[in-house]
Amino acid sequence: MTLFLNLVFRNRLAAMGAVVITAILLLALLTPILPMHDPDVTATADRFKRPFSDGHILGTDHLGRDLLSRLLHGTRLSLAVGIAAALIAAATGATIGIVAGYFGGRIDNVIMRVVDMLMAFPYILLALAIVAALGPGLMNALIAVAAVNVPFFARNIRGITVGLAGREFIEAATLAGMGHTKIILTELLPNVLPVIVIAMSTTVGWMILETAGLSFLGLGSQPPQADLGSMLGEARSAMISHPHTSVVPGIMIFLIVMSINLLGDGVRDALDPRLRSGALSRPRATTLVDRKGPLPAPTNDLLSIRDLETQFHVGARTYKAVGGVSLAVKPGECLGVIGESGSGKSVTALSVMGLVASPPGVITSGAVYFQGEDLIGAAYETLRKKRGDRVAYIFQDPLSTLHPLYRVGHQLAEAIQSHQKVPNHKARARAIQLLKDVRIPNADSRIDDYPHEMSGGMRQRVGIAMALANDPDVIIADEPTTALDVTVQAQILSLLNDLRRDRGLAIIFITHDFGVIAQLCDRVAVMYAGRIVEEGPTQAVLDAPAHPYTKHLIACVPELGQGRRVLATIPGLPPMVDDLPLGCAFAPRCYKAQDKCREREIQLLGTKPRAVRCLFPEEPV
Amino acid sequence: MGSYILKRLASAIPVLLGITIIVFLIMSLIPGDPATAILGSYATPENVEKLNRDLGLDKPMVQRYFIWLGNMLTGDFGRSFSLNRPVLDEIVERFNATLVLAGTSFLLCAVLGILAGVFSAARQYGWTDKAITFVVLIGISVPSFFLGMMMILVFAVNLRWLPVSGMYAIYGGGDLPDLINHLIMPALALAAVATGVIARLSRSAMLEVLRQDYIRTARAKGVPERRVIMGHALRAAMVSIIPILGIQAGFVLSGAVYIEIVFQWPGVGRMLVDAILKRDLLLVQGGVVFVAACYVLFNIAVDVAQSLLDPRIKT
Ligand code: SF4
Repeated sequence: MTLFLNLVFRNRLAAMGAVVITAILLLALLTPILPMHDPDVTATADRFKRPFSDGHILGTDHLGRDLLSRLLHGTRLSLAVGIAAALIAAATGATIGIVAGYFGGRIDNVIMRVVDMLMAFPYILLALAIVAALGPGLMNALIAVAAVNVPFFARNIRGITVGLAGREFIEAATLAGMGHTKIILTELLPNVLPVIVIAMSTTVGWMILETAGLSFLGLGSQPPQADLGSMLGEARSAMISHPHTSVVPGIMIFLIVMSINLLGDGVRDALDPRLRSGALSRPRATTLVDRKGPLPAPTNDLLSIRDLETQFHVGARTYKAVGGVSLAVKPGECLGVIGESGSGKSVTALSVMGLVASPPGVITSGAVYFQGEDLIGAAYETLRKKRGDRVAYIFQDPLSTLHPLYRVGHQLAEAIQSHQKVPNHKARARAIQLLKDVRIPNADSRIDDYPHEMSGGMRQRVGIAMALANDPDVIIADEPTTALDVTVQAQILSLLNDLRRDRGLAIIFITHDFGVIAQLCDRVAVMYAGRIVEEGPTQAVLDAPAHPYTKHLIACVPELGQGRRVLATIPGLPPMVDDLPLGCAFAPRCYKAQDKCREREIQLLGTKPRAVRCLFPEEPV
Repeated sequence: MGSYILKRLASAIPVLLGITIIVFLIMSLIPGDPATAILGSYATPENVEKLNRDLGLDKPMVQRYFIWLGNMLTGDFGRSFSLNRPVLDEIVERFNATLVLAGTSFLLCAVLGILAGVFSAARQYGWTDKAITFVVLIGISVPSFFLGMMMILVFAVNLRWLPVSGMYAIYGGGDLPDLINHLIMPALALAAVATGVIARLSRSAMLEVLRQDYIRTARAKGVPERRVIMGHALRAAMVSIIPILGIQAGFVLSGAVYIEIVFQWPGVGRMLVDAILKRDLLLVQGGVVFVAACYVLFNIAVDVAQSLLDPRIKT
């Protein structure tokens, strides 16, 4: 609870709202004992006195009544009526919702039908109809506003109750022979109550406004009694000559509603866990770069990643997702990068083209050279022109990585037209050819499909076609076959292999499956906790793994080429990258670990082309 | 698509019936003799007798409902005693004025709200975002009737830029520029709250979408950022924005009641309030059913728009 309040008040606006509404509530409570004019005593001689004139701080109204006194009494009345309406609506709505949700079946059906129908009205029509039937008056306005809000509560609370009614503790209570009433009161209500309170806190401002509105229309409080709405309504006729009588109650309504809104927003934000973790931040167009120190020297590879460090900054914490990785590919070469999830392999891949979501991602060190040009420090437009044109990506799950509302043809054509000035019909023809290249049958008609109309394998072919759209030099494939079943996986792999041979593509292939690496890759780099722990030619590493972790990974694939997709478990969990132990990150899970392993940083050593980051390797390299 | 529209229309029938039942039940809350209540000061013995006959007021409730429903289906909403003309004629005339006002406001709040939300999201935590968030906060907290009054005070009385109230100038008015002149303030005042709400929800819908994998795909393809935001992201966000537009249309229609009073706009909302104060219950009853029915139909249009936008909805 204190945590919750802290969260609410960390939000400065919410705190401000709380202060204002508390002040107004206090004033309203104290109104009867404050030394003030009688709000209803008229003095026609003193009509429309300006604010700050003798004895009337806010002046007087059209009947010479003291405006400050009327304002405070009006506020008191408006608050009381609004809060009463909220309580009535919440109590009635919650009762209906609990009954519907708890009993379910026919009762639920009928009740929810009625609720839906009530919600089909623009709310004010319903309120007006009720006031019309009952007659104008503050009490009737209160009833109308409460009634109009009942469906909202009923629907929300029903939803919560349905969720709770299936839980074990309710079933247990039923089995224990408790009566319905008792279950509802002792088991359900305590769980639903917080939701009711929150729903109330977000609607009470609204209900104050609504009752004030009805009074403004002359359908609520009747003279001489006045709430804020009717004060405003009465002042309207003199608005042009004496604006202060309108402005005063108007601003008061505004203050009340705004402070309650601010507070309600604060409550809502505090309850939404996504806001707390900062996950609702929008990723920028390119990853943030904040590099210090000199850049590593370029190499003569096609694409080379040099000493790359990518971190996630979440609040005060820093997660070192990639801690100094160097990789390189030549034309026509396929490099495999393997590791468990969280090893930093995907973040490495996404860093190349600045696609790591930021916030929270920041590239803090290193460089990525494409044909000798550093991409990390490049301006957005330079980077954009290379994205998908020279370096293209294939992502894991094509259902979430293809836009669900665009036809695949459109998405392919767009990939082409983002880099080449091509008329639409040519782009379309090229898109069809691309679909044929990735062996999609009936490409001419498939091109007008939406992604959800295709199978997983087909979608992934579209993903590959999209990556090929501009004849790139490098393709970075981030677990492109993980979501697919084994036969489709094999087809996709052989397709990639053909493309590599035919077009001289360089491929960086990210996976957690050694079986896949064995089929496709010339070289492999094994990643653990954000660093490379072993690298070398695929066959050499497979035959004689040097790092204990690599050995485990290979042991997890029962038969190479069978494409097992789930890693058999290695005892222990990969370390949290915000809390790396000194020395070897794998030590807690390593069967050979010794004290020496935990003493200092271990270098990636070996004779080219092999290297390993281990003090006691399985094989000397 | 055609069959989808028909299906949605068919599903509206029970809702429409439900609306008439609810209104009928509310109206039967009226204390005392219904005929006298409906007629009020027009209650001569002949009038009472005629009304009893027309509406079957001496019959049991269920039968009375069906008589009323039957009458409405044949276009007979009864006669307004305070205006001495058929209820339906009055409603249709007034509803036109409301449509002009609420329709304009709705367009305003949809366009402004979505644009504000998109910009806010695209510049999250930048000063544009903060400025928009601040204006939105004020917008959704000002009672529309107070906002309207202040606008009159500033723009009509002090600056004399725009007419104080009404739909057309009394002398020499009646053309389109005159209408627009009269429309600007009430339409803006009415749109304020809904614009704020739409801006807010569009912002969070956009933020939600911008985190999706397919946005990363678009960027990885090299799609220019402006297209990523205004194309890919907005298109996907519209799926959750459109239902909000449907709900907000209801709020605009509701708010029109206040704005019509403040600006003396000859619409159906002002008619209802006048009718309540004059206890012209047949006019209230007819007006409520008519407007609610229009709103139900509007929401079907929203659903159809949604299905056009989102191919995943089965039509
Ligand atoms: S350095 Fe030590 S703990 Fe780390 S993998 Fe090698 S043997 Fe195991």
